[in-house]
Amino acid sequence: MALGPGLRDRLGAVLRNTAARLGRSLDAIAGAAAGNEGAAADRRATADSIEEVLLEADVGVAAAARIMAGIDAEAAAAGGPPLRGRVRREMLRILSAPPPPPPVAASPRVVLVVGVNGTGKTTTVGKLAALLQREGARPLICAADTFRAAAIDQLAAWAQRAGVDMVKARAGGDPAAIVYDAIDAARARGRDVVIVDTAGRLHTRSDLMAELEKIRRVASRAVAGAPHDVLLALDATVGQNGLVQARQFLERAGVNGIVLTKIDGTAKGGIAVAIACELGLPIRYVGVGEALEDLLPFAPDAYVDALFTQSW
Amino acid sequence: MFEVLGNRFRDIFAGIRGEVRLTPAAVEAALREIRLALLEADVNFKVVKAFVARVRDRAVDRKVLDSLTPAQQVVGIVRDELLALFGKQRPVFGATGRRPQVVLLIGLQGSGKTTTAAKLAHWLRRQGRRPLLVSVDVRRPAAVEQLAVLGSQADLAVHDPAERESAAARARSAVEQARADGFDTVIVDTAGRLHVDDVLMSELDEIAAAVDPTERLYVADAMTGQDAVKSAGEFHRRAAITGIVLTKMDGDARGGAALSIVAVVGVPIVFSGCGERLEDLESFAPDRMVSRMLGMGDVLTLVERAEQAAAGQQAQPAGGPAPGGDFTLEDLRRQLAVIGRMGPLDQLLGLIPGMGSLAAGDPEIDPRRMARVAAIIDSMTREERRRPALMNGSRRRRVARGSGTSVEEVNRLLKQFVQMRRLLKTVRAGARGRRPGARGLRERLRIPGAPGARR
Repeated sequence: MALGPGLRDRLGAVLRNTAARLGRSLDAIAGAAAGNEGAAADRRATADSIEEVLLEADVGVAAAARIMAGIDAEAAAAGGPPLRGRVRREMLRILSAPPPPPPVAASPRVVLVVGVNGTGKTTTVGKLAALLQREGARPLICAADTFRAAAIDQLAAWAQRAGVDMVKARAGGDPAAIVYDAIDAARARGRDVVIVDTAGRLHTRSDLMAELEKIRRVASRAVAGAPHDVLLALDATVGQNGLVQARQFLERAGVNGIVLTKIDGTAKGGIAVAIACELGLPIRYVGVGEALEDLLPFAPDAYVDALFTQSW
Repeated sequence: MFEVLGNRFRDIFAGIRGEVRLTPAAVEAALREIRLALLEADVNFKVVKAFVARVRDRAVDRKVLDSLTPAQQVVGIVRDELLALFGKQRPVFGATGRRPQVVLLIGLQGSGKTTTAAKLAHWLRRQGRRPLLVSVDVRRPAAVEQLAVLGSQADLAVHDPAERESAAARARSAVEQARADGFDTVIVDTAGRLHVDDVLMSELDEIAAAVDPTERLYVADAMTGQDAVKSAGEFHRRAAITGIVLTKMDGDARGGAALSIVAVVGVPIVFSGCGERLEDLESFAPDRMVSRMLGMGDVLTLVERAEQAAAGQQAQPAGGPAPGGDFTLEDLRRQLAVIGRMGPLDQLLGLIPGMGSLAAGDPEIDPRRMARVAAIIDSMTREERRRPALMNGSRRRRVARGSGTSVEEVNRLLKQFVQMRRLLKTVRAGARGRRPGARGLRERLRIPGAPGARR
C-alpha cells in the first residue's frame, strides 16, 4: 500500500508528540556514552540504559534481549556504527516483516477485525472503511458484534460518518450468518470489500474463539479464500499479554496483521515489536486519534525514526 | 490472574528452600529470577528495580543468612515487600452520612468503565443499597444506549435525561433524581479519555465540581503494560483517585501493571472484574492476593465462597440428612452442587494452602468428571441413592444408559463411594476434639472425604 508523504509526516508528528512528553532520551544516553564507549563498564551501563528504554516501551524482556544481543555482537567488532544507529537498524529489521502476499482477485474481499474487549475494534472498522474508500475501494461494513450492548448502534454511527452502508444482525443473533448475508449484499450492491466488526473476546475463552473459527468457515464458503485479511486490534497500552493474545488469535483466527490502536497517548505499543520479532506478524495500521481520518497505514521507518531521533 | 506470577515465585523459592545455608550468591540468583518474573508480569521497570533493591538490602544480611531458617526468612521478606506494594486495604462505600453518595468511574478508552458501572450497581444492590446509574459519555457513539441496555437487562435504574446535555449537567440531573426518588448511590459512567487530552481532562473537573463525588474510582485494564503508571498518575494528579477497579482479570495477564499503579500512585485496588457476567465483580483484598501468589493459599476467600454457595442452597427444598446420619449418595450429590457453585475446581484448589501447584495441569481435576458423577447420581432412584447396595447389574446398566456414561464409570463411582464412606466413619471419631474453627470450616465445605464433613 502506497504511503503518501502527508501520512508519513502525520504518523511522525503523532509519535513525536508522544515522544516529547517523555523524559528519556536515547540520544542523551547514546551521547553520554559516545565519548567513552571503549570502557567495558561504560558499555555495560549504556546497554543497561537502552534495555530499560526498550522495557519501558513494553518491548518485553525476550525481544529486548534479542535486540541487545544483535548489538552486542556488533559491538565486539571494532569500529561499528554509533550505538543509536545500531539499535535503530535492529528494530527496523524486526519490524520490516515481509509484506502480505498480493491480494487474490476475490470479490468481495473480506476483512475481519478481531481482538480482546476494549481495544478499539468498532472504531477501527469505521476508520478503515473511510480509509479504503479514500483509496478508491467501495467498502461495506458488517456489524457482527451481537453480544455487547449497543455495539451495533455504535458501529452504525461510524458507518454514517464514513458514508458507508452497513449490514447488521439483531442483538444476540448468529454472527456467522450475518457475515454470510453481508457478503451476499456486497455482491448485490457491487461492493468490493466487506469489513467485519466482531465482538471483543478474551483469548482465554475457548468457546468464543471457536465462534471466530465458525465465522471463518462460513465466510470461506461464501467467497473463495475468505477472510482475506484478519486484523488483530491491539491496544498500544497493552503489556506482555499482547504477545499471548497475538499467538492465540493467530492460531485460532488466522490473524495476518496488527492494528495498533490508541497510539496517541503516551504508550508506545512496543509489544508489537515483540510480536513482529516472535510471530512475524506485521503492523498494518495505527490508530492515532478519535476522528474518522485517524487511522494510518503503518510505516516501520517512520515509527522507528520518530521514536529514536527524538527524545523518548 | 496473579497465579502465574505466583507459580514463578514458588519455583524460585523451591530452589532456595532446600538450602540449609544461604550464600549471598544464591540470594542474588533468586533476585535475578524475581526481577525477570516481575518484568514479564508487566510490573513497571522502576518499581522492579526498587523492589529488588529493597529485598536485597534486607536479605543479604548476616542476621538473615546465618539464621536457622534463612530461606524462610527470605520468602518472608519478599512477602512483606509484596504486601507493601499492594498497599493497605481500604473499606469502600463506608457510611459517610451523605445521601446520595456519588461514585465517579474514570479511565482510558476501553478499560471497561460501562461494564463496571453495571456490575458495581449490581454489587451495591446485593449490599442492600439503591443505586442509580447515569452515563455522561456523550462522545462515544451509543455509549449512553449501552448503559441503558445493560441496566434494563439487569433491572437496574438508569437515569437518562431526554436531551443530550453536557456531561456535568447529566451528572447533576442524576443526583437530583436520586435525591427525589430515594436512591442512596449514584454511579456516574464517564467517557473514556486519554490522560494527555487536556480538554477532556478538564471536563472531569467540571463533573466533579457539579456533583462532588464521594468516590473517584479509576478503572484499569489488567492487561496494561508499562504505560499504566503514567496514565494512572496523570488521572490521579488531575482527579484525585480514591481507588482502583481492575478489569479483565479473567484473561491470563499477570497484572503487574496493577501492582505498579498501587506502588507508584499510592491508591489501593478496591474491586476486580473477572468475567462478562454481572456478578463478576469482587472486592479486592491485597493480603489474600499476596498469600495466593506465594502459594500460601487463600482460605478466607474459600470460606466466603462456601458461605455464598451454601446460602444459595438454603433456597432449595431441604433434603435433610438421611436417617441414621450415614453419608449417602444424596449427600454427595448436594456437595457436588455446592462445590459447583463455588467456582471452577482448579481455581478452588488454588485457594487451599499447598494445593495451588497440584491444581495446575492435573488431568484428574476435571470439572467434566464432576458433571458425569452428578449425572450418574441423578439417574438413580431415591431409594438407590440412599441404599447403594441395591445397585445390581441391571440397575447399573440402566443408570449408565440414563446418564450417558458407561457401566464401568458407574461401577467406579459406587466403589469409590463405599471407600469414601468407610474412610469417613474411621476419621469421624478421630475428628473429635479438634479446633472448633477448623471443624466449622470442614463442616461448611462438606468436601467428600474430608474429616468431619457431616456430624
